[in-house]
Amino acid sequence: MKLYFKYVRLLLKSQTQYKASFALLLFSQFLYPFVSFAGIYLLFERFGNIHGWTMFEVFVSYAVIVMSFAVAECFSRGFDQFSNMIRTGLFDRVLVRPRGTVVQVLGSGFDIKRLSPFLFSVVVLILAIVFGDIQWTFVRAVMLFNMIVGGTVIFSGIYMLQATVSFWTIDGLEFANIFTHGIRQHAIYPLDIFPRGITIFLTFIIPFGTITYFPLQYLLGRIDGMGWLYAFMPLAGALFIVPCILAWRFGVRKYTSAGS
Amino acid sequence: MKPYISLFRVRLLNGLQYRAAAFGGLATQFFWGLMLVFIFAAFYGEDGYSNGFSFSDLVTYIWLQQAFLAFIFLYDWDNELLEMITTGGISYELCRPVNLYQVWYVKLFSKRLASGLLRFSPTVLIGLLLPYPYNLSLPHSPLAFLLFIVTLFLALTLLVAIAMLIYISIFKTMHPGGSIMIFGVIGEFFSGLTIPIPLMPLWLQNVTLYLPFRYTADLPLRVYSGHIGTQEALMGIAMQIFWITILVTVGALIMKRITRLSVVQGG
Repeated sequence: MKLYFKYVRLLLKSQTQYKASFALLLFSQFLYPFVSFAGIYLLFERFGNIHGWTMFEVFVSYAVIVMSFAVAECFSRGFDQFSNMIRTGLFDRVLVRPRGTVVQVLGSGFDIKRLSPFLFSVVVLILAIVFGDIQWTFVRAVMLFNMIVGGTVIFSGIYMLQATVSFWTIDGLEFANIFTHGIRQHAIYPLDIFPRGITIFLTFIIPFGTITYFPLQYLLGRIDGMGWLYAFMPLAGALFIVPCILAWRFGVRKYTSAGS
Repeated sequence: MKPYISLFRVRLLNGLQYRAAAFGGLATQFFWGLMLVFIFAAFYGEDGYSNGFSFSDLVTYIWLQQAFLAFIFLYDWDNELLEMITTGGISYELCRPVNLYQVWYVKLFSKRLASGLLRFSPTVLIGLLLPYPYNLSLPHSPLAFLLFIVTLFLALTLLVAIAMLIYISIFKTMHPGGSIMIFGVIGEFFSGLTIPIPLMPLWLQNVTLYLPFRYTADLPLRVYSGHIGTQEALMGIAMQIFWITILVTVGALIMKRITRLSVVQGG
């Protein structure tokens, strides 16, 4: 753990070295979520609601997903870029060091520019809380927090799987975008607009439903029931990371270097 | 002219090699399109009509957008060129007895053409075979189809001219990430790829009329379904030619100035 924070401190220093360039980067990173958010806003202005859900209800889901995606991207940058590590042979060096592979790969990348989408999602969340009408209770507050934590863990798990795949092939990794950027872009809407197959996939295989759709219904007062059950659902979804870590371990064991 | 034509051929053949990458991209685009279709289906609801832009027009728009992404989507960058600018490899380019603007233009154009040609047909085919109302419909008329081909080709020509201006701006900022992201996002929005232009409020639609971006995507995609009629399409083609002439002229001029003034740091 101490080692990891040391890695992060070093990466942080190197990324903020050039002040003007850093500011420009933050601004440009802010622009993308802003424009996609504008798109969502304009659609609601045009259509009013989606399947009975109002704009501010979707904003909550949007904020949770963008926030957890930003945090996951920031910390799991190393896994996102892992195919480079394989290609350049850097991973061989990782293997000979007397530390775990996960902490070293995590420590190889830390992406501070994700601060922009993170801050942006905070603003959206505040907007949604102020203008939407959520009946706040303690359970619901815990729930919101868990949703963000669960989302971060799941996104990180996907990055880890993507990295694991690159033990075997570094072609066609573009497809993983469906699960990262695709989910960030599309899974913010209530899942029941999709056909059953996709809903089931997003509940049991990659359990995004557990961090947005199901708890959200309770959070927004659309369903009654055991509040605590829904509040801890996102953490159950976060168990997704377990098979991801196992897959990673398997990949590391099977890995044979190309030499050179 | 000859060196440019052979460069075009080499690049095109080179681009056509990457079939595995194309396949990965294809699956991504297909699922991406499918998700969009479902989301819009939920927004449209039962009546399937919104201010003159019907659900079936919209679905056709989405499938064409996914199929021809390489021709219309600004956000795709050539790392070779970027590296050349920021690391100084550019000095070799300057030694060659060819016009730098034209060489780069041909490189970018042929790369996109190859990628588009490799990818479009499966998406179009699957789109056509999907059940109603989620399918790509046939072109409105033979004339609309012809106009679609013409506007799509001009769209690619215009898009590369815009991309060239962005590469040139990197000479000044030396910061690829910033320039690309800012232009890419603004371009994406005003070309109707974030949400289709007919779904925007009127004042925003009017803004897009004065920018070149909508002629790189919105125009061909809506000409196909007949949502933009023949007369308007012909006007659009005139606008495309207008913007291409302006942007290419300006780009070539700035490039000439910059390369004359630029100092290659030795070493």
